[in-house]
Amino acid sequence: MHEAAPVNPWVALAYLISGVCFILALRGLSSPASSRQGNRYGMIGMALAVGTTLFTHEIASLPEILVAIAIGAAIGIVTARKIAMTDMPQLVAAFHSLVGMAAVLVGVAAFLNPEAFGIMGPDGEILTVSRVEMGLGVAIGAITFSGSVIAFLKLNGNVGGKPIMLPGRHVINLGVLAGILGLIAYFTQDQSPWIFWTVTLLSFAIGFLLIIPIGGADMPVVVSMLNSYSGWAAAAMGFTLHNTAMIITGALVGSSGAILSYIMCRAMNRSFVSVIAGGFGGDSAASGAAAATDRPWKRGSAEDAAFLMQQAEQVIIVPGYGMAVAQAQHALREMADKLKEHGVRVKYAIHPVAGRMPGHMNVLLAEANVPYDEVFELEDINSEFAQTDVAFVIGANDVTNPAAKTDKSSPIYGMPVLDVEKAKTVLFVKRSMGGVGYAGVDNDVFYMDNTMMLLADAKKMVEEIVKSLD
Amino acid sequence: MDFISILSIFVMACFVGYYVVWSVTPALHTPLMAVTNAISSVIIVGALIASSAAAGGSASSKWLGLLAVVFASVNIFGGFAVTERMLAMYKKKEKPVAK
Repeated sequence: MHEAAPVNPWVALAYLISGVCFILALRGLSSPASSRQGNRYGMIGMALAVGTTLFTHEIASLPEILVAIAIGAAIGIVTARKIAMTDMPQLVAAFHSLVGMAAVLVGVAAFLNPEAFGIMGPDGEILTVSRVEMGLGVAIGAITFSGSVIAFLKLNGNVGGKPIMLPGRHVINLGVLAGILGLIAYFTQDQSPWIFWTVTLLSFAIGFLLIIPIGGADMPVVVSMLNSYSGWAAAAMGFTLHNTAMIITGALVGSSGAILSYIMCRAMNRSFVSVIAGGFGGDSAASGAAAATDRPWKRGSAEDAAFLMQQAEQVIIVPGYGMAVAQAQHALREMADKLKEHGVRVKYAIHPVAGRMPGHMNVLLAEANVPYDEVFELEDINSEFAQTDVAFVIGANDVTNPAAKTDKSSPIYGMPVLDVEKAKTVLFVKRSMGGVGYAGVDNDVFYMDNTMMLLADAKKMVEEIVKSLD
Repeated sequence: MDFISILSIFVMACFVGYYVVWSVTPALHTPLMAVTNAISSVIIVGALIASSAAAGGSASSKWLGLLAVVFASVNIFGGFAVTERMLAMYKKKEKPVAK
């Protein structure tokens, strides 16, 4: 046990209120109606935490701090205004890397100047507990940084989506992790700088090594996981600095990322460990030979699709990542509007792992002005396919594959999928018959009697359908 | 504050986090990631302490702190701004005008 510098109760109260504001910010996300007010609470909480810190610590360099904040604010706001919603996964990965690096920098600053942080013991050495907290904070921060950089490069297409596997990587990774933990433990006995720097460097390395072998399709899990890590890094720093705002926030963010990772893994029916172990799933363009297409399949035109849909009572649209790539969401909403003019009921079915991050499809549809009460999650809409006239699948593949229900040998077996084949007619928009999904398996839905393949670029096809609906 | 007190707060916060995040509607998972990223930048508090310390300590500690302030600020302003931008896009179906 140790005594830290006595804390002003008003300061502690202010940080506690910040933490509560952050809780309210997340609580607001239970529905779109309350979400914007929640975001306001988040901003208030942050302003309170920053203001309290500036007012209660010796500010020797306020102008420099304000300039630093202004620079960061400018970069942040401009980026936020300009980013395309299809690039949100990359943005989130990039932002995570900044939090990771900030945690490392704060940890290093605390190591170099422990008196300023109040963690210097009476014997002139840093308090033991603080050393563990600091070591963990720097380690987790570094992993978050380098892991997020790799995730960004993969999502942005700078690095191929194929898993890059080093030989013996499990041994190497476990070895490095053991090394980091061992050194942190040793750090409690000996606070030599070389130990601290080695922990930091090894952590940067392991972040890189862990993420490199994970395929592009598993990035939703990776981004959620890194989200979680950035929270634990903040919490560790909060322990080091005895700051309740950081601790509460770190716990919230850590739990949030962990829950999202769990939801993603459950939706792919893969265990978290198997995703992290890597080696599964590459780019659809890169993988495998073209599907054996000597099975008969029906091809349709935009006019056929328009004709079928305008007579339907209900059409369920199933969007996937391919729609985002083709930037077809606006044309898709125009198509839906035209169908509604013809008296058709239009709904959207979202699979939890559609897109490159949790909730990605929902944001893209919202951006295209699709009302959110027309958008449904898998559990809520799956039973409706059997009473639906047309299922319109655009840019999705694996999430509609019935092999997940029937074929025990399939790599996607057990994954929850959308029952599109139960609809009276299935319209499948895809660029070509060759090119399999991320799991590298063929999809029986293509060859079913009630399926019509619409082979073209998603945006062009939808625009053609819109013209035919006039 | 002693370690046990902070640990208690941390444990309670984890439980709160668990229940609050499960109540987030799946449609808002992307704004959730954006806003959690913004609030995790409360680590700026540590950076501000580092960059403002005049007493004893190295100049490098101060500059590291300032650099961390820049990074954290990008996240704070960018994170809340992009969350706000996304949340503004979610609209309900307009009531049909009576013909």
